[in-house]
Order: sequence, then C-alpha cells, then structure tokens
Amino acid sequence: MFTLADNREIGKELRATVVDALKDAMAADEKIVALDADLGGASKWTDLAKDAPDRFINVGIAEANMVGVAAGLSLTGYTPFIHTFGPFATRRVLDQIYLSGAYGDNTINIYGSDPGFAAGHNGGTHTTWEDIALLRSIPEVVICDAADEVQMDWIIKEFAKLKGVHYVRGTRKGVKNIYASDSTFELGKGNLLRTGQEYMIVATGQLVSEALEVAERLEARGVSVDVIDMFTIKPLDKELLLERLIGKKSVITIENHSITGGLGSAVAEVLADNGLAVPLTRIGVDERFGQVGTPDFLQEEFGLTTKQILEQIKSL
Amino acid sequence: MDKERIMELEELAAKIRINSIEAIRKVGAGHIGGSLSIADLLAVLYGKQMIYDPKNPQWEKRDRLVLSKGHAGPAWYSALSAVGFFPEEWLWTLNEGGTNLPSHPDRKKTPGVDATTGSLGQGTSLAAGIATGLKMQGNESYVYLIVGDGELNEGQCWEAFQYIAHFKLNHCIVIIDENKKQLDGTTQDILNPFDIAEKMRAFGFATQKVKGNDLSAIDQAIENGKNIEDQAVCIVLDTIKGQGVRFFEEMTANHSVKFDSEAVQEATDKALVELRKGRA
Repeated sequence: MFTLADNREIGKELRATVVDALKDAMAADEKIVALDADLGGASKWTDLAKDAPDRFINVGIAEANMVGVAAGLSLTGYTPFIHTFGPFATRRVLDQIYLSGAYGDNTINIYGSDPGFAAGHNGGTHTTWEDIALLRSIPEVVICDAADEVQMDWIIKEFAKLKGVHYVRGTRKGVKNIYASDSTFELGKGNLLRTGQEYMIVATGQLVSEALEVAERLEARGVSVDVIDMFTIKPLDKELLLERLIGKKSVITIENHSITGGLGSAVAEVLADNGLAVPLTRIGVDERFGQVGTPDFLQEEFGLTTKQILEQIKSL
Repeated sequence: MDKERIMELEELAAKIRINSIEAIRKVGAGHIGGSLSIADLLAVLYGKQMIYDPKNPQWEKRDRLVLSKGHAGPAWYSALSAVGFFPEEWLWTLNEGGTNLPSHPDRKKTPGVDATTGSLGQGTSLAAGIATGLKMQGNESYVYLIVGDGELNEGQCWEAFQYIAHFKLNHCIVIIDENKKQLDGTTQDILNPFDIAEKMRAFGFATQKVKGNDLSAIDQAIENGKNIEDQAVCIVLDTIKGQGVRFFEEMTANHSVKFDSEAVQEATDKALVELRKGRA
C-alpha cells in the first residue's frame, strides 16, 4: 500500500537510491551481481565494490558484451543488474536484450539512467525517448518508469527477487517526492493517486509530479480528475484503466517519452481494443530528436512543464 | 592418445557427419558447410575432453559448450544424440514445426544445450558470463566457446574477447573454426580477417593454431590450453568448410546446401557410403 508524501520537495538522488537499494539487496542475497559499462562514476555503482568487490564488474565501454555477460551470469544462477545511460541500455543492445536475455529465458535487471530530457548536457545523442517503445515489443519484458525515490527503491528491491528481464528508467538526479517513505507497490498495478469524475490523467516517471499539479489546478477550477501513476508500463494495468474510464469525458497521458510506442500508445490500445470512444490526448515528444540544454530547459523545449500541459489540454 | 582412442573419436566424428547430413537432407536444406567443419572438434570434445552426464544435463560440475556459430546446430545435435542426451530419432525432426531441434540452438528445447545462440557474436558474451559465474563460484568446470571465422565480422566478438582476456578467464577455451568461408563467399573476399591467430595473440590470448581435422592435434591443443594459467586461451582450427566430405568441400556455395537436385542427392549417397565405410 502506498500513501502520498506530505511534501513535494526534491528527494534524494535517484542514483544514490539505486545504489543504496542494491547494497541492501546484495547484502541479503549473494547471488546479486552489478555490472556497469564504464559509467560507474556516473551511476556511483563503483561504490558497490566497497562492500562486495567480487560482485561489481566494470565491463568497459562494451554494452552488448555487458548484456551477454549478464545473461551468462544468469545461466550460472546469478541475478545481474546492469546500468548505463538509457539509450545505450536499450536501443544500442536491443538484439542482445531480446535474444541473450528474454528469448534465452535469462534474468537481466536493467537500470537505464537519464531518460528523455534528463539527458541534459549529454544532449541528443544520449537522449532516449524510444526505450519504452523498443522494449514493449519484446515478449515478457517488464518496464517501469520510477516516479520518485521511494518507488525507485521499491522497484530495485522487487526486481532483485524476480526471474526475467526487467527495465527501470529514471534520472540520476533527485526528483519531487510523490510517496511517503513506507509505501509499497505492486508490479503491473497502477496507483490511483487522486480520484475525480470528468477526466483521467495517466502519467509515468518523474512527470507524475506534473500530473498531480495539473490535476490540482484543474480541481481549483472545479474540474475533477483521476490521476494514475502507471509506473509499470508493461504489463499494463488494463483493469484499472477500464474500471476508471467509466463515465470519463477524456483521457490524458503524460510521459517523458515519444508519444509513439510508449504509455500513450499503450493506453490508446486499451481504448481501441475495448471499443471505447473516449477522446485521448497523448502528451509527450512527437517526432523529434533530443538536443543539449539543462533538463529544465529541455522539459520546456519539449512542452512537458505543468503550464504547457495545461495549455495543451485547455480545449478539452 | 592411443590408436584405439583415436579410432573411437574417428568413428564419433563420422557419426556426427553422417547424422548432420542425413538430418539436413531430410528437411531439404541447411547449414552443411559449417556443421561439417566442426565435426572433428565435437568428436574430441564429447568423445574425450568434456565432462558431462547425459542423464543429468544440468549437472553443476559439467563442462559447458556455447556454440556461438549457432547455425552449426545440426552437428551439435548429432554429437549430443551420439553420446546419449536424447534419442537419435530426434535428429529426423530437425526444423520441423514443434521440434526440440531448431536450426539454431535453444537451451529451453534441447538437453545438453547450455546457451541459446543464433544471432552471431552473442554466444561469445554468454560464454564470458558463464565463465565469470563459474569462477565466482569456485567451480573448475570448463566453458568451450566455438566461434566461426565469418562470425568474427561481428564487433561483439571482440568486445567479449577483450573481456575474457582482461579477466584471464582461462577456463573459457575459445575455439575459432577458421573454415575460410562465410555465406556470400570467402572470408578473404567478404571482409579480410588477416591473421586470426595473430589477432588473438594481440588481444592477449595464449593462442595455438592446429589442423582442424587432426583429432590428436585438437586434443593436444585443448590439453595445452588447460595447462595455461593466468592468461586467456584460444585455439584456431584450420578447417575446410564442408570438411570430411570432398563433394561438399569442393562445392563453392556450401554455407547452406539445398538437396534439390539428383546430382546433389547422388553425391550425398556416395559420400554417406564412404563415411560409413570409414567407420567400419
């Protein structure tokens, strides 16, 4: 069960959250191994070697090999976690994740950092607005986008208990608190954060805070809105969507991702598959590449601030 | 090796060839060239060097094999059935819908297959990961990684080789089948590999090069490899694509052979008679 945080201040860095969660998991289970592709300084995963020097492997700048080595470790009974920046953790190694990972029935837990506008000064080459779309196409892969540190901590510890290929994306920096620290979640279950009658907002990742702000502003104008944190994009919580869609005038999806193939597409599929003619507004990135700038600049450049989201849905 | 042991291995190699050809012929077409070029290697591995228990394919103390050049699956299946992992009849279901023996190895389907391969290059990293895991566990078992020379076009092989060499994974014995041909032609013409053994040495491997049809030489090279400490180990096998059957050796495009003409069928019949004679 989750409860909402009493403030929406910026929390602990997500990379520190991941490291601490992994430290706990590695202390509890000696089969957990961490691999990085020469970004151990960026992820702080080099810290993992302090407690477990044999269970942190820096494979060098060789992401395809990292995925394969992780799969090989899985074949000898280990539970590997791998990290690199989101684009290199997904689009660069898609066939390795597909075959050496999922098709080969191996366990690989992937943390793809700095998705979307979080790539910041690393720019367009390091920006992934397609990671969810790519991985959604692979059978059985679980995809999460962490909304805050509490959720990221829970996701990492949950992945550590499971078999299969799991992916979580999230900036390395701190994001706004959404959940109280004792919150727990369920993979594949969306979190209904607010309930309303007229509209439904489905958001994921660090834009859940913007979704809540949008809902609060609408509420102040007398418009009542559901807000769902769909932190597991795959498998998607279709039941929750269908249950909450009853009587809604419109649905809005919000994601730090392309509107092609991500959360917006997944929700559109549910609407279409169930013959529901509810208007859908997909807010995300539409047919554009990334660029350099601060994350704040990029969030605005790509129309993903609270103000811009309100502007985009004002005609509803 | 004494003469009797060599004869046993020769017989196993012939059986691997005969059954690879028969299985592929039954389905109409398949990867003859690269299957035959590793028949002698597989005979040495399964007939002498590898530790395994066909009744317990998941036995922790087994040696592992990763066939990164997954298209040679039929040769591997022929070896596995010959030593008792599954009945020979399975071979005649190769590539049929619902078979346990798909063209490229699938660990979920076939007893004795330790890693799923087929997308070239990926098996190298899987073997590296298995060797890492075994080493972490203090398990002394060996991982035999079979890589094709055409497969070396794939960059992932070289990522994995750097890793294996850096971590001195000397229980991951890298064996390169240098049969000098790939699908579209000779490796020279398609993408010059230059001197593969020298490349492997430059990458940090203790490298030997031996004739890939010389059972004693292959065996000795593996023995030598097992005695190398503190360095990664590579054996380059100088082979011929289609090795052991002159008709297939001389066929220009022998990566995948179609059994769709009388000439091919007749030559195959003749070759099988010769191979069977050789066994007797």
